[in-house]
Amino acid sequence: MRRYLNTLYVTTEGAWLRKDGANIVVELDGAERMRVPVHMLGGLVCVGRVSASSALLGFCAESGVTVTYLNTSGRFLARVEGPVSGNVLLRREQYRRTDEALECAALARCFVLAKILNQRTVIRRALRDHAPDMAATSLDALEAAERRLTDTARRAQLPQSTESLRGIEGEAAQVYFAVFGYLIRGDSDTFRFEGRSRRPPLDPANALISFLYTLLTHDCRSALETFGLDPAVGFLHRDRPGRPSLALDLLEEFRPVLADRIALSMINRRQLDTRDFRIMENGAVLLVDDARKKLLTTYQERKKEEISHPFLGEKAPFGLMPHLQAQLLARTLRGDLDLYPPFVWK
Amino acid sequence: MLMLVSYDVRTTDSAGRRRLRRVARACLDHGQRVQFSVFECEVDPAQWVALRARLLKEIDPDHDSLRFYHLGADGKRRIEHVGAKAVLNLEGPLVV
Repeated sequence: MRRYLNTLYVTTEGAWLRKDGANIVVELDGAERMRVPVHMLGGLVCVGRVSASSALLGFCAESGVTVTYLNTSGRFLARVEGPVSGNVLLRREQYRRTDEALECAALARCFVLAKILNQRTVIRRALRDHAPDMAATSLDALEAAERRLTDTARRAQLPQSTESLRGIEGEAAQVYFAVFGYLIRGDSDTFRFEGRSRRPPLDPANALISFLYTLLTHDCRSALETFGLDPAVGFLHRDRPGRPSLALDLLEEFRPVLADRIALSMINRRQLDTRDFRIMENGAVLLVDDARKKLLTTYQERKKEEISHPFLGEKAPFGLMPHLQAQLLARTLRGDLDLYPPFVWK
Repeated sequence: MLMLVSYDVRTTDSAGRRRLRRVARACLDHGQRVQFSVFECEVDPAQWVALRARLLKEIDPDHDSLRFYHLGADGKRRIEHVGAKAVLNLEGPLVV
């Protein structure tokens, strides 16, 4: 089994990254703050005003460390990519399948189905653990949403065009986010959830979710690249310049499980409060530096938790799941598997 | 697996000081300095073979000594630290 490699997040304004031997060194005002041997890392994420030497960037590309730049609100800015590697035959097969309407839809269906089932699991878990303390209205709403997601999942299983799959996915998202607010416990006004908003997120809960999605996208795309797939050519997501469509496809399975659940548990455990957010003039809500660090720490810790992979039946850290799924996807495209088994969380 | 590498390099001449620098550099590339000439290296078997070969190439066996301690996959558990020199947990969340 692949080793789970760590990700280094640099969020300090004005930090300077350089290469020293086989180490990544983080400097702040000329003083060394951290030193990490590169073989421990699978990714490097720079948030905000962080610069890196060209020697370091080249070295990261060579050692298979994905470098991603985000702005302080978590919006993706850029990534640094080395020479294209991996298996050209595999990529050709990927392009062929995305062009073939039927085969493309068959794969897109797997992603959508897993996403809906995982959304349902998030709701089911909340019902299982907290139903007795819930108000009657939220209980009813959650139970109704659970039934509707079961129904959409059933419809997503039928053979159909990618277009209508997108419709079903949208419907499920609507149902899910309509009741997402009920999953937030307590009566704090800070985290009232009134529906999904993005670009920019308009409330703290949305800001959290959006930031987590960006982190997860980074992990998904490096997982795909590791197994020689082209993250830009997707099945469910259409090609668009600069968009990592396949990474977004893979992301769908993991959104509810990793991102949404982490956001919920941070909120419900009162790990964040009003002071952790800043509201801009245009209504956008941003995380302040400390909150971002808290979030990154929680995210990294969650990724270290071991779970059993639903298809392979092996135990592995959560953070490796995108890698295992990317590997299964590569195997499907090679023809070793008849159908891609998406990540369905129990 | 976690490896503990410690060394003594004779530094009475300039060739010795050069060996010391180069041994330290090899260890630093693969792990973390926990004391002046003690390194903890989290490496997989292949990386360990490379590091070991590199170290053996650098030293002069007549004057220097190298010690390798195999702490295994859960080596972290076998370590207790007291006192100054905080070390970084390279497998924990890395956020600066």
